[in-house]
Amino acid sequence: MTYQEARSIVIEEIENIAPDVAPVAIGDTEDVREALDLDSMDIYNLIAALHKRLEIDIPDKDAAQFVTIGGAARWLDEYTARQ
Amino acid sequence: MGTFVMPSLGADMAAGTLVEWLKQPGDTVEHGDIIAVVETDKGAIEVEVFEKGRIDELLVEAGSAVPVGTPLARIDGEANGVKPSATGPAKPKVGTEPVRATPPRPSALLVMKGQGPRASPAARQHAAERGIDLASLAGSGPDGAIQLVDVERAECIRSEPGLGSGPDLSAMRRAIAAAMARSKREIPHYYLSHRFDLSAALEWLERYNAERPPPERLLLGALQIKAVASALKEFPEFNGFYGEEGFSPFPAVHLGTAIAIRGGGLAAPCIRHTDTLTLSDLMESLRDLVARTRRGQFRSSEIADATATVSNLGERGVESLWPVIYPPQVAIVGFGSVMWRPWAVKDEPVVRPVITTTLAGDHRANNGHRGALLLRRIEQILSEPDKL
Repeated sequence: MTYQEARSIVIEEIENIAPDVAPVAIGDTEDVREALDLDSMDIYNLIAALHKRLEIDIPDKDAAQFVTIGGAARWLDEYTARQ
Repeated sequence: MGTFVMPSLGADMAAGTLVEWLKQPGDTVEHGDIIAVVETDKGAIEVEVFEKGRIDELLVEAGSAVPVGTPLARIDGEANGVKPSATGPAKPKVGTEPVRATPPRPSALLVMKGQGPRASPAARQHAAERGIDLASLAGSGPDGAIQLVDVERAECIRSEPGLGSGPDLSAMRRAIAAAMARSKREIPHYYLSHRFDLSAALEWLERYNAERPPPERLLLGALQIKAVASALKEFPEFNGFYGEEGFSPFPAVHLGTAIAIRGGGLAAPCIRHTDTLTLSDLMESLRDLVARTRRGQFRSSEIADATATVSNLGERGVESLWPVIYPPQVAIVGFGSVMWRPWAVKDEPVVRPVITTTLAGDHRANNGHRGALLLRRIEQILSEPDKL
């Protein structure tokens, strides 16, 4: 999975979790909690959704990287590169 | 023969709009079935029926705004006696306003106390169907009431992506205004605050989550809710309802949890028998409740049954909050954000994650001495998370 593919998946899943926000409109390094007003439950749901969709385990200690679209995409990109 | 009436979904509710019937004449209903969707100040709420039987006749048409107590449907308790159901659409009998009234005109329904945003039923329905927030519109009708034409105009110029349908935030704002004004008018609040080291709970949570796949993990909020519910069980004077007869403690703890909705909404539906749930069941209930609340799909009983409330500022909040009691409850517990702070352990300053928990109590029902013990008990429970 390339960074761009991972990025699209992350954006799609954010849209599923919070249909009232527009993740495409924000930058990759912006904290989605600030930029989109997502909360810890939304981040929890995002990680659970990526876990289910991609059938991968995302360790809880890496959860902090999923608060930006870029951080999440990079994590997924690097994870698939390691496999 | 029973009659299903417009329920009172809160002390400040005088009327509601029947948005949708989910059952039709001839359908059988069980205790607890969702029978209709009613729009109130608290947003659209699914209403349950507490009777078993067969729907005989619907007395009010969808789109009608009627006062609390108005008969909405007749339910035949003798479910075996199949009676011919009413043919064709039910005849509206009481205080109705046609959904597509053109042009909408001001009526008594628009100015009824607790009736929600000043908007015509047609405007409201149109806005709801298209996910337009009435609060964002300027009304051109009498007294600034929003009319159908205002919604249609907004629809043309709306270009923001991603606006979904959800709870009516304008109605929700009015509900908050009514409930909180009543609270500050009637309830003699007193406040207590207690700051403590949260290391034990956070370390436990980290270990718990490290061993589990994402959907089985817990959020700190679930621990906080469980801790408060367990503590309330031991302090009954903080758990129940204040009514005409004074305070009545409630035997079960149905803890309400304040859920913020993007755009400014707020609701505090409860999780039933909170203290008896395991942490994983509680987390599941919380996920479900947050998701439904943000879609505007919480049930009437989930609001009305809350025996006390927790308000949690989450991780991006500030150090402490001074919450306002949601009447007819008599207590609300607040949690500020976890802050890393210098902390004295024995003689040494160390840096620890600390949290400030607060209590607003109704002085008619309880007092500060017991309130202080309640907050200390919450600290104690959170310092032994493996017992949760």
